[in-house]
Amino acid sequence: MNAINFPANQPPDRISASIVPKMTARNIDVFYGAKQAIRNVSIDFSREHVTAFIGPSGCGKSTILRCFNRMNDTIEGARVTGEIRLDGVDITSPALDVVQLRARVGMVFQKPNPFPKSIYENIAYGPRIHGLAASRADLDGVVESALRRAGLWDEVKDRLKDSGTTLSGGQQQRLCIARAIAVDPEVILMDEPCSALDPVATAKIEELIDDLRGRYAIVIVTHNMQQAARVSQRTAFFHNGAMVEYGETSMIFTNPVQARTKDYITGRYG
Amino acid sequence: MSPARPLLREPTDWSAAALRVRLARRHRSERLFRLAGLGALLLAGLFLAFLLFTIIRDGASGFRHSEVAVTVTFDPQSVRSGDYVGLMQRSARALPVAGDVVSEGAWVALREAVAADPALVGQTRTMWVPARSSIDLLAKGKFDLAQPALSRGVSDADVAAWRALAAAGRLRQGFNLDFLTGSASTSPELAGIWGAALGSLLTLAITIAIAFPVGVFAAIYLQEFAPRNRWTDLIEVSINNLAAVPSIIFGLLGLAVFLNFAGLPRSAPLVGGLTLALMTLPVIVIAARAAIGAVSPGVRDAALAVGASRLQTVFDHVLPQALPGILTGTIIGMARALGETAPLLLIGMRAFVADVPHGLAAPATVLPVQIFLWSDDAQRGFIEKTSAAIIVLLLVLVLLNSLAIVLRNHFERRA
Amino acid sequence: MLALAVILLLGGLAFLIGRWRGAALAPAGGRIGAVHSRPVYHGAYVALLALAPALLVLAAWGLFGGAVIDERVLSALPTDARPLTPLDSGAFMNEVHGLANGDFAAAFNPDTARAVPIYQQMRREGDLATLLLAVALLLAGGLWAISQLKPAFRARNRVEAAVWLALLLASIVAILTTFGILLSLVFESLRFFELVPLSDFLFGLKWSPQTALRADQVGASGAFGALPLFWGTIFIGAIIAMLVAIPLGLMAAIYLTQYARPRVRRVLKPVLELLAGIPTVVYGFFAALTVAPAVRQLGVALGYADASAESALAAGLVMGVMIIPFVSSMADDALMAVPDAVRDGSYAMGATRSETVRMVLVPAALPGIVGGVLLAISRAIGETMIVVMAAGMAARLTLNPFDSVTTVTTQIVALLTGDQEFDSAKTLSAFALGLVLFVITFLLNIYALRVVKTYREAYE
Repeated sequence: MNAINFPANQPPDRISASIVPKMTARNIDVFYGAKQAIRNVSIDFSREHVTAFIGPSGCGKSTILRCFNRMNDTIEGARVTGEIRLDGVDITSPALDVVQLRARVGMVFQKPNPFPKSIYENIAYGPRIHGLAASRADLDGVVESALRRAGLWDEVKDRLKDSGTTLSGGQQQRLCIARAIAVDPEVILMDEPCSALDPVATAKIEELIDDLRGRYAIVIVTHNMQQAARVSQRTAFFHNGAMVEYGETSMIFTNPVQARTKDYITGRYG
Repeated sequence: MSPARPLLREPTDWSAAALRVRLARRHRSERLFRLAGLGALLLAGLFLAFLLFTIIRDGASGFRHSEVAVTVTFDPQSVRSGDYVGLMQRSARALPVAGDVVSEGAWVALREAVAADPALVGQTRTMWVPARSSIDLLAKGKFDLAQPALSRGVSDADVAAWRALAAAGRLRQGFNLDFLTGSASTSPELAGIWGAALGSLLTLAITIAIAFPVGVFAAIYLQEFAPRNRWTDLIEVSINNLAAVPSIIFGLLGLAVFLNFAGLPRSAPLVGGLTLALMTLPVIVIAARAAIGAVSPGVRDAALAVGASRLQTVFDHVLPQALPGILTGTIIGMARALGETAPLLLIGMRAFVADVPHGLAAPATVLPVQIFLWSDDAQRGFIEKTSAAIIVLLLVLVLLNSLAIVLRNHFERRA
Repeated sequence: MLALAVILLLGGLAFLIGRWRGAALAPAGGRIGAVHSRPVYHGAYVALLALAPALLVLAAWGLFGGAVIDERVLSALPTDARPLTPLDSGAFMNEVHGLANGDFAAAFNPDTARAVPIYQQMRREGDLATLLLAVALLLAGGLWAISQLKPAFRARNRVEAAVWLALLLASIVAILTTFGILLSLVFESLRFFELVPLSDFLFGLKWSPQTALRADQVGASGAFGALPLFWGTIFIGAIIAMLVAIPLGLMAAIYLTQYARPRVRRVLKPVLELLAGIPTVVYGFFAALTVAPAVRQLGVALGYADASAESALAAGLVMGVMIIPFVSSMADDALMAVPDAVRDGSYAMGATRSETVRMVLVPAALPGIVGGVLLAISRAIGETMIVVMAAGMAARLTLNPFDSVTTVTTQIVALLTGDQEFDSAKTLSAFALGLVLFVITFLLNIYALRVVKTYREAYE
């Protein structure tokens, strides 16, 4: 189970050493009450690459994702041990301000969850609470640029006063992405962002993720291996709460080191 | 909005002073908000504690009363003619104090003593009889004697009499059995709650006998059989609305329909029970529907699949499973009916009944109405009685609600 | 009691006979289905037909027999012994009943002693006649039912149809009650409006039903302008009480749903439930005895020398506290109905809990909260005992919370307790007030229940 001892046994050719990681996680364990959901996971990721987490359902890939913006804090009885650093600063300490952390590490959820407010207010929410817009005009600009970057501007620019819940599922999810990038985070965590969407909407989100690469460190959890192959440059495979293998996406999908990864990729289980 | 605005902004510098100040302010307002929430709850709790405190402070002494030692000579003539009132008066006059200190009803104690022990006749005994209310209250320290006589509510003569009695060792405190076994009286020291409690019991018996079966039947119909149509909608709207109709409206209904139209007797537990039954009905229907709805559909399917009719399915399989929930709702409805006052005032259940009620059609009063009547009485001694009666009422309510909670917990554990 | 026991016993017998006859229908070792229904249903069918009419007769006699006897006793008395007014008749007959039951040792009114034997005889005759009639009906119904029993007879279906009917009737009671309320209020109110014009009642500024202005005046018992009552009701129930209940109830619900750990919640929630379980008469007593004097002192300290001992503020404050658990539980439900995903979305944006509550959850739950507040207002304006005991009787239009005001419910109680003359404008006006109260609370309830329902469905 604990075959991986990151980074000692990580083949140097698999992860480029020249890139400075945005976030580093070391020896993460997560418990829900007495049950251990994550065992000893260590991983790095950076702005240059989109990182995909794959694995069968219940493998813990969403759980580990929620460690990076401390969303596990909101779950009664959840306990995280280990060390996670954002730009070298430990974010697991109780003294850390999660409010600021979450402004820097945005999140997009599995089901689109726009606030029951207008489209404009959905986007303006983050900048407003964090005080990122000096004036109304400034806020208008932030809203517009977020919607443009999310590729939603042309579709909603005439109906910014409509409720966010009136949009279609795909539009709602792009609204949620726009909402996340409106505060200019450094990392965006996406928890199966396309699982509730149809193929056309999925394609749009995937395009969007590709566009956002380089500016944000993006981590995407997906149960869809084709999607992981399409959007990511790095892939981590999780199984039973442990990270089995982590490397370049092309290598994971064509030439995995671990037998279990291979079995999963080829559809033996999952 | 100008489209020329650049899409990418400068990265946010979180260490900037302005943002740090703002963050500190946000955390401060977060703490304040949280404190306000806790404060609201504590305020409500404080109010509850203060209410209970004042009632227990005023009422606890209502379960005790003061007794005066009177030397009584049971002369055969008084006993034979039944003139205990005169005997008591003569004996009290011999006390070493000025003015009346024993209760108007003290003579009853003499009659009971003779009835219990006929050998008393011709003997002289020291009898402990109930003190008059003002002496009783003085003995319990209910007056601020530092105040001038006019504003403290008790005369100098009474204070002197009390001091003299206490000095002579002729005053003691004892458990006030009369309060639990007695009925309404114009003298606070003789007043008791038994009559009102029995009235409550009779009234609630009628209420539960009607509201429970009708409520459960209505719930079964609505939950299991009712077709989805406007008629059913009308029934549902009626029930939901009735659950929120002011209770006094039910009093008007009882007055107009049961008393004026049907000619049922005024002030009777029968009418009170009928009125409260209509008021409690929606509570029971809503609770019973929830309980029936919570029974898993698998049970119904299984029963129907072995050839039971729909009625057999409901009565043999669904109802037994829903019963704990239904009972919980019924108890809560009964607790509400037990504390209800306003509708019963309108149908005249404020009768002064110096005895226990003699049946469902006889005039009676109930505990909450008795509390209301006593609270309205100008005599100082009734404050204590009112509070003591409230303590009894609250104890019964706590008991009922605990029963409901125990039932609910038991049910939830099993489910 | 005895009659009931006899009838029930005979009914039980009817059941046994029916069951025995039903069992006898099946030939020994016969195949399943030869007899349509099981014996127990034959028994139930016979018992049903035997008991239903008999019990109806007994119930009718129990409910109305007393009134019938009383009337006949009074008319059987010689004219000079009869009480003069209906009110006297009540007291007179009460004494007769007491004497007949042996509750009273001796008569206060010598005429009642004459009525006692007449009463006892009529009671005996009436009871006996009723019992005989009930038994006759029971026998007729039971025998007819037995004559119907055959192997193909669908006893179960008949019995189930009867049960079905009972279920339907039970559910109709709610509608009957609603119509009963409406009819009785409207009927009495119409009689009131014959005496006092509707516009005078709704918009009049003077309310003094107790004082007759002039004996020959129309509606000869006073002024019935109810506007000051409506204002008093709104002032106490919808303004002062809500100023207390809405912020405290809402904040309590927010703390319980968003901040309190489960263990704290388990301790604090019962406090609210206890507040909700206290009878209103207890609140009223507390308001009158403890809160009102304190409020009066506050008023005097603030410079209102004539602050009343019975103030709108005292009644409103206590009523507000009484309503807190109600508002809090409605707000609790509304907040809990907002999906967790929305809340998580806000947390993930870096919002604090209070920002999430204020800017996302409360706006999202607003329809549910507003519906709850409307129901709370409906309850507050219909609340009676607190205002009866603490608000006073002075009908006046005032904005000063230290003044005494009176409310619709206070006046209903005042008008309908004590000596009543039926048909007087004074008595009837209580029903007109009741009608206004019912219509207002009905509209509030229906609207609020619909708002809450639509809101819940939106998130399901």
